[in-house]
Amino acid sequence: MMKTPFDVIVAQHAATVWRVCRAVLGVHTDADDAWSETFLSALQAWPNLPEDANVEAWLVTIARRKAIDVIRFRKRHAITVDELPERHSPHGIPGRVDLDLWAAIAALPEKQRNVVAYHHLAGIPYTQVAEIIGGTVEAARRAGSDAIRSLRGTIQPGAIQPGAIQPGAIQPRVIQPEDDSKGSAL
Amino acid sequence: MNDSILNDSILNHGISNHGISNHSTPSQDSGETERNTLLRLTAPTAAEIGALRNRLALAADREGILDVAYTTVDTPVGPLLLAATERGLVRVAFEREGHDQVLQQLAAKVSPRIVRAPQRLDAAARQITEYFAGSRTKFDLGLDFALSGGFREQVQRHLTQIGYGHTESYRDVARIVGNPRAVRAVGTACATNPLPVVVPCHRVLRADGGLGGYIGGLAAKTSLLALESATVAG
Repeated sequence: MMKTPFDVIVAQHAATVWRVCRAVLGVHTDADDAWSETFLSALQAWPNLPEDANVEAWLVTIARRKAIDVIRFRKRHAITVDELPERHSPHGIPGRVDLDLWAAIAALPEKQRNVVAYHHLAGIPYTQVAEIIGGTVEAARRAGSDAIRSLRGTIQPGAIQPGAIQPGAIQPRVIQPEDDSKGSAL
Repeated sequence: MNDSILNDSILNHGISNHGISNHSTPSQDSGETERNTLLRLTAPTAAEIGALRNRLALAADREGILDVAYTTVDTPVGPLLLAATERGLVRVAFEREGHDQVLQQLAAKVSPRIVRAPQRLDAAARQITEYFAGSRTKFDLGLDFALSGGFREQVQRHLTQIGYGHTESYRDVARIVGNPRAVRAVGTACATNPLPVVVPCHRVLRADGGLGGYIGGLAAKTSLLALESATVAG
């Protein structure tokens, strides 16, 4: 049973869960809601979590569940224009590489976005990422490298022209000749 | 959600690894650098995380799952950690006790559902600030003796009856709680007082007028006694 003050866990993992929520849900108050719901659920369950549990993986799993709840809620309430989620301009915001990057992550296909959230931002190994999001480890790995290829233009600030669209940063997928297998995989 | 996961794993099943291993390990180093860049560019600010943590504290309290709320307050004897359960103030700790360690003890002995939540400690923090300013001579706070018990609790509850600016000896206290031979146990009860300052163990001295001990250090005990005698005299 856990005997670590929960506050210590919040301090250690707040940023990781924040990145995961933002990557999955976008720069939106929904991401803040999912962050709060994640830590609230975790606080509730905290005393009963076994001492040897992988806390970060546990939190990320809760965050994923909360994000899915938010997405379901969005779909159910997407009747009026007011309640539609904010969409990001794929053009990015000149001079704000961080916002450009979040916009580029938001523009990735869902699987790539999830892999970026759980592997690159949360540091979870591909084997566990595959368990979390489903599919094979190879598919997760491939989605990860496709995503990084797409994001490369944005994460290397020198490669981006002020105010200009970096095609690699916003196009969901660059089909490479050796990626033929993906045609059938997706 | 399950449909897409299922489809993915079914459709990917049987795809051979050849051709994939080549492009998944082009250069580990540049992969790490890219990950670090991603982490740097996606880092939240302290203000963003601070706002979310405040929101969490309020929601946890509202949901009734905030077993221990804590905050710190600056005083002339250094920062004091204040912790409260839903029943009342459960711990006041001096910096020399190690605030992280005190939180660990609270987690083990009361509950690990501990969150920094200053709102629950607003009254305690205000009254302590007023006490150090010399404008308060009596605390009006709910107290939780969950960290105490038995004879120690009996002694500590008596300490709240010793008036501002007054002192008693360890021997006086032993006699008053009905166990005149338990002078040493009274000393232990004072030394393990979970609520120093608010439960005024600093008002207990040795029969010969010596200071005795203090959980916050003798300098803190001296300054609390000096504050009270100056306020009473003034």
